[in-house]
Amino acid sequence: MEPTFAAISVSLGGSLIEMNIFEYIVFITPQMSEGLGTTLMIYALTILPALLLGFALGIVKANGPAPVKGLLGVYTWAWRGTPLLLQLMIMKFGLRYIGVIIPDILGAVIVFTLNMGAYITEIMRGAIQSVDKGQYEACHALGIPRGRMMLRVIIPQSIRIAIPPACSEAINLVKDVAIIAVIGMQDILRVANQITQRDHTIIPYIYGFIVYLLLSSLLVKLFGRLEKRFTSYD
Amino acid sequence: MTICAIDFTISWDYIAGFMPEIWDGFFTSLKIFGIVLFCGFFIAIIIAALKAYGPKLVRSILGVYTWMFRGTPLVLQLMLVYYGFPYIGITFQEGIVVAVIIMTLSAAAYEAEIIRGGLISIDKGQFEASKALGMTFLQTLRRVVVPQTVRRVLAPSCSEVIILFKDTSLVTSIAVYDLLRRASGRAGYDFTIEPYIVALIFYLVFSSILVIVFNRLEKRYSVSL
Repeated sequence: MEPTFAAISVSLGGSLIEMNIFEYIVFITPQMSEGLGTTLMIYALTILPALLLGFALGIVKANGPAPVKGLLGVYTWAWRGTPLLLQLMIMKFGLRYIGVIIPDILGAVIVFTLNMGAYITEIMRGAIQSVDKGQYEACHALGIPRGRMMLRVIIPQSIRIAIPPACSEAINLVKDVAIIAVIGMQDILRVANQITQRDHTIIPYIYGFIVYLLLSSLLVKLFGRLEKRFTSYD
Repeated sequence: MTICAIDFTISWDYIAGFMPEIWDGFFTSLKIFGIVLFCGFFIAIIIAALKAYGPKLVRSILGVYTWMFRGTPLVLQLMLVYYGFPYIGITFQEGIVVAVIIMTLSAAAYEAEIIRGGLISIDKGQFEASKALGMTFLQTLRRVVVPQTVRRVLAPSCSEVIILFKDTSLVTSIAVYDLLRRASGRAGYDFTIEPYIVALIFYLVFSSILVIVFNRLEKRYSVSL
């Protein structure tokens, strides 16, 4: 295998075409963009449901009856205690072996949502429990009913506490989406893998590396600004 | 009318049959986990100290290093090196070498940021007092800073360690025969779900053990800011 940097030979429709690096990068961009599209689509489809799910379950887990707490405890224990890749493999392959077939993207979105949901649930629950007990006492003294107390006093404070770790999770999600490449789904990483095998050059991997770096840096900036907006009174 | 055709009977003989290879995979995962934890930890301390106290140039270079390793997926890093590097002349005999090196660098990057956060949170007054007492910088670090930092970074570091253990499953992607690969291989070969369930249990039990151990450690030694 020759190290190829200056000139890359690409076989197109039977004949060998030589390109330099820049032409090659333009050449593979359409395929890489498709991979990027899949990555972004899965990210967009899971981030909102995961946050909502975690938010709701976190509140329930902090305040609910014991059996419900226990059940949710099992949920977060199982989904946080096992690797994401294993969960995805069970979704895609394991279920198939017992006869249940779920379309790829839907399955991936479900797994990512449940996985991230478990983390957000624990974050939210921790945030609620870290709200000063004095708040509860003050509301009780003022005669504020429990429901309104939660809605108007406790939860807004909890959300503010939960935002930094939740943003951190949201940033990590984009890196976790890359794992779908291992189960054969077409994200940037898998596309890069395929192109590398086809054209025998490392450039697709470097390309993917840079795309992810830019993507995560962009998310860090975006969520950083979001964090600042919501925690500006701390 | 058949409503559900899923066979719920568990064949213990079958499970006993593939357990040896599962244990094999588990010990491989454990080995990788142990080596990465040990080496990564030491590298992280050095990087954190350099990033907190070092000259600007060193800080910038290390900044780029942590940015690259924390800003890209671990899977991508593993596959880039294992599958991509041969095309620039660097080939690896075995996937496990790549796994250990890359995971160590990645874990060190994350851990270094945690430790650095702890180091920065140490009040400047500690350094001034130590200087007033005639301690050298290294003595200050050893006797004053490190003990305080350890207690502050214990909680986030423990979370990181548990994440690290789960991340060892990613080495499946570069042909390392860890727990997950053994399980998925067996499941794919026999078209059964049992190997996956067994793998789930292994990961769950081990991460739970880690959580229990760390909770106890944190209770005894941790202090939050």
